[in-house]
Amino acid sequence: MAMGSSLREAGAITGVGETKYLRGTDRSALSFQLEASLNAIRDAGLKPSDIDGLIPYGHGAVAEDFITNFGIKDLRFSATTPMGGASAVASIQCALAVIQAGICNHVLLSLGRTGYSGGRIGTRVQQMPQFRVIGEFEMPLGAIAPAQLYAPMARRHMELYGTTSRQLAEIAVTTRYHASLQTNATMKNPITIEDHQSSRMISDPLHLLDCSLESDGGAAVVISALDRAKDMAKRPIMVMGVAEGHPDSPSAITQRPDLTTLGLAKAAPKAFAMAGVTHSDIDVAEVYDCFTYIVMCQLEDLGFCKKGEGGAFVQDGALGLNGRLPVNTHGGLLSQAHMAGMNHIVELARQLRGEAAAQVPDAEIGLVTGYGDMGDGALAIMRRA
Amino acid sequence: MDGYDKLVPSPTPETQPYWDGLNEGRLRLQCCADCGKIRHYPRPVCDACWSMNVDWVNASGRGTVHSWTITHYAFHPGFKGDLPYILLTVDLPEGVRMNAQARGIDASQLRVGLPVVVAFDRVKDDLTLPVFEAG
Repeated sequence: MAMGSSLREAGAITGVGETKYLRGTDRSALSFQLEASLNAIRDAGLKPSDIDGLIPYGHGAVAEDFITNFGIKDLRFSATTPMGGASAVASIQCALAVIQAGICNHVLLSLGRTGYSGGRIGTRVQQMPQFRVIGEFEMPLGAIAPAQLYAPMARRHMELYGTTSRQLAEIAVTTRYHASLQTNATMKNPITIEDHQSSRMISDPLHLLDCSLESDGGAAVVISALDRAKDMAKRPIMVMGVAEGHPDSPSAITQRPDLTTLGLAKAAPKAFAMAGVTHSDIDVAEVYDCFTYIVMCQLEDLGFCKKGEGGAFVQDGALGLNGRLPVNTHGGLLSQAHMAGMNHIVELARQLRGEAAAQVPDAEIGLVTGYGDMGDGALAIMRRA
Repeated sequence: MDGYDKLVPSPTPETQPYWDGLNEGRLRLQCCADCGKIRHYPRPVCDACWSMNVDWVNASGRGTVHSWTITHYAFHPGFKGDLPYILLTVDLPEGVRMNAQARGIDASQLRVGLPVVVAFDRVKDDLTLPVFEAG
C-alpha cells in the first residue's frame, strides 16, 4: 500500500445505491436521500449504524438526519464539499483523507433531490452563496441560468476551433442510447442528430437536447478503509487516484483568462500521476454532463485529445459502448437523471464490478469526473480489485 | 411599486461606486491604489499585491466581443418580453471583461473581435445597466 501523503488506494468503493429515478413525485428529497443511502449500505453488507463518516451533498440532508434515522451512536466525521456538481467526486478525496488519517472506517456520500417536483434548478441557482458575484453583476443583465452562463464558453470554442452543434449532438445521441439500455432511466426514447438540431434553442448555441434533466430521486456511495473493504459483500473498487481543481476566476466565467479551460485541467495531471495510469488504460469514463459541451471540454481537459480537438474526438459514435472511449454508459444527467454526478460514481463502480446494465466488456480501469458551479472540477480513477 | 420586474443588484460598500458610476453615465473600474492593477468585478483585495487600497478609474467605454450567447428562453419572468436577447462577453482595453446585453446589434453581425462601445440604460430611478452598441 502506498504510504505517506498519497491517497492512492487508501480506500475503496464498497457499496452503491440508488432510488428509482423520476420526473414527478410527492416524496421529500430527504426520503430519497435516506433510501438511496440504505441501498448503498445494504449493497456493502453493512448496517446503517456502521457508518462513521458522512459527506452529504450540500443543500440536503445533514448529519443530524442520518444520526437520527440510522441510529448512529459514534459519528466521527461530517463535512460537505461545496463544489456544485463537482462535490460528489471531490468528496471521494475528502473521504479517503479522513480514512487514511484513521478517523473513519466507512464514509457515506449521498444525495437526494426533487429537482423536477421541488424548486426548479434554474431558479434555485440565484439563491446560492457561491453565485453572489454573478448575482450582483450578471443576473440583473439577464444572464441567470447555467445554460446562459456556460453558452459563451461553447460559443468561444466554436469560434476558435470550428466545433459544431452537430458534434455536440453526438454526445446527446450516444448518451440517450445508453439510457435506453437501462431499467432505471427517465428518458429512454432514442434520438437522432436531427432531433437534436430541431430541438428548441435555449441559449445559443445550446439547444434543449444539449441540456441535462431535472429529476427526482437519490444516489449514494459507501467508501471503506482498505482493511475493511477486503471482507465485505461485494468486490471492492479501488480508488487509484483522485484530485479536485478550481478554475481561474471561479466566481465569474466572464473574467476567466481562457474561457475554454475548466478546473478539471488542474486536477487531471494530479489524479493520473497518483493512479500511475495513462489515458490508454481507461476502459470506461463517466463524465459529468450537465451540458453536452461540458463533456467535450472535459475530455480535452482530461487529456484524451488536445484543446480544440474535442469536437472531432466525440464524432462517429466514439463515446459508444464499442467506441474508442465509452462515456456515460448509464445515460448520465442528460438522459438517466440529474443526480449531480453521484449516479456517475454509482455507474463506474458497477462497470468495474461487471454488473452494469450496459456493460463495457471486461472493464478493469475507469474514471469519473465532476463539474460544478462556474467550473470547479474533480476526477477519480478506479480499478477493480 | 416602480413596476420594474427583473432581477436587481444588491450592492455592497465595495461595489457601490460601480453602480453609482453607471447612474452618472460613467463606466468605472476598480484600480489598485498601490500597484495600479485594474480588476473587475469589484472586490476588496488586489490579487497581484494583496493591497486593500482602492482607486476608481473611468474606462474608455470601448471594447471588442470575446464571446456571446443568444437567449431564447426566459429563466426569469421579467425577461420574457426581451426574448430573444444577445448577451455579450466583451474584452475591455483596460484588461478586464464585461458582460452586458447588446443593443441594436444583429445576430448576423456577431463575431469575435467585433468592436463595441458601452451605453447606459436607466431602467429605473436608481438603477442603470450597461449595454453594448456597435462601435
